[in-house]
Amino acid sequence: MTTSDPGALNPADRLSPPLPRRRFVEALLGGGFLATVVAFVYPVVQYLIPPKAADLGGDSVVAGRVGELKLNSGKIFRFGNRPGLLIRSSSGDYRAMSATCTHLSCTVQYRDDLRQVWCACHNGKYDLNGRNLSGPPPRPLEGFEVQVRGDEIFVRRRRDA
Amino acid sequence: MGPLSDVRNWLDQRLGWDDLIAPLREKTVPLHKLSYWYFLGGITLFLFVIQVLTGILLLLYYRPGANEAFESVQYIMTQVRFGWLIRSIHSWSANLMIFTAFAHMFSVLFLKAYRKPRELTWVSGVILLFLVMGFGFSGYLLPWNTLAFFATKVGTEIAGQVPLIGKPMMIFLRGGEEVTGATLSRFFGFHVAVLPGLATLLILLHVLLVQRLGISVPPKLEVQWAANPSARREMKFFPNFLLRELMAWYVALGVLGALAALFPWNLGVKADPFVPAPAGIKPEWYFLFMFQTLKLIPPKVWFIDGEVLGVLAFGLVGLLWLLLPFFESDQPSHPKRWITGFAVFALAYVAGMTLYGHLAK
Repeated sequence: MTTSDPGALNPADRLSPPLPRRRFVEALLGGGFLATVVAFVYPVVQYLIPPKAADLGGDSVVAGRVGELKLNSGKIFRFGNRPGLLIRSSSGDYRAMSATCTHLSCTVQYRDDLRQVWCACHNGKYDLNGRNLSGPPPRPLEGFEVQVRGDEIFVRRRRDA
Repeated sequence: MGPLSDVRNWLDQRLGWDDLIAPLREKTVPLHKLSYWYFLGGITLFLFVIQVLTGILLLLYYRPGANEAFESVQYIMTQVRFGWLIRSIHSWSANLMIFTAFAHMFSVLFLKAYRKPRELTWVSGVILLFLVMGFGFSGYLLPWNTLAFFATKVGTEIAGQVPLIGKPMMIFLRGGEEVTGATLSRFFGFHVAVLPGLATLLILLHVLLVQRLGISVPPKLEVQWAANPSARREMKFFPNFLLRELMAWYVALGVLGALAALFPWNLGVKADPFVPAPAGIKPEWYFLFMFQTLKLIPPKVWFIDGEVLGVLAFGLVGLLWLLLPFFESDQPSHPKRWITGFAVFALAYVAGMTLYGHLAK
């Protein structure tokens, strides 16, 4: 088609048809590239999320044996993947609670001199029911149910519902 | 002025960015019918980067140690989402990288790109190939499966055949007299710290040399172009060649993804030092030509042990290979014929012995 052709388009119109084609190719390339990036980033992000570890131990664990604990003492036991604290009070009854401090997750211990549960990291103190008394802990420790069967002390999560 | 060019200007004022990339703008790539071979080094580099990235990902879950290594790889492959894919890509990319490194080396050899002044580029490249094989050897043990265990036993035993320094070297590699968890700890250290450090330094040197010396053309063409400068054809590196190289990387990525997804790498059976070696046990394909050669040498040649002779011969050939450019003539019009012959023989020998080793019972 030459400019002398009476049916010729004006120059601006002649330039316009290649542009959408170019844009189409660019969109195709860009889209393909984007799809590739997504196809690689998605598995990597999924990979980075650690799989859920099985909560070992389930509901109820043996925290210790009768006679193992003196009066006014405590011990740490495994409750699933987390530590628990079993206490024998001066009056002889057993208490059990989570041993993970509600402040910044240090493991707490029983202090026989204070007769309190104490966290060494920031001097947090709880009473024998797990209630936060002083220091930074914002919440009480989760209490567990204790049952003595034979000479084994069973501890399980409280069912509040 | 968009925000992007503002950032650019800001950086340029502080880093002298434009001066820094100026050589890249002037860099050209010679154009001739064998120009395609120039892509191989870049593809090898790309696969190395993939190795680093997937290697870091595997490190998030892998645990070295005879009691944990196999289980942790099993965990990666069965529990971690896309873990099987990441490990498969790492294994496939390793094999492809060794293949492209070999192909790159032979292309350099046949195009005679190692000639003066590029001797050091060749030397650094050959050392890199040795390092890459070291990566392969050390990485192979890490899943702690039966095949890996025996491959490492045999491989370190062969290293122990070297006269005088062999035995201490074997004990150093194994971390003791036997292949144990101590060997695994060492190989892990070599694989994720020592070798990557050395390889990164050498790659930087290698690429810097390529950048500094420009890209070589085959001697015949060099003579022609010197006689008739107007016949010289070249392409700008940036962006013309780089975009083509990116396309090659994209294809490599596609091949890699397809291989990893369609043929996930096996884990095998956990290593047990107290079971017999399985029948038909062989090293990885890139060690096969040496393995097969050692198998063919008779146990005693004259008064020397066959194994010792084989190890010494490979050591000597390796050294000659490393120093090959120093035997080449300075005149592009008269390259040494025997080097070409040696290169052809080496390629045929490696390919033939690999195939033989693969098919042999």
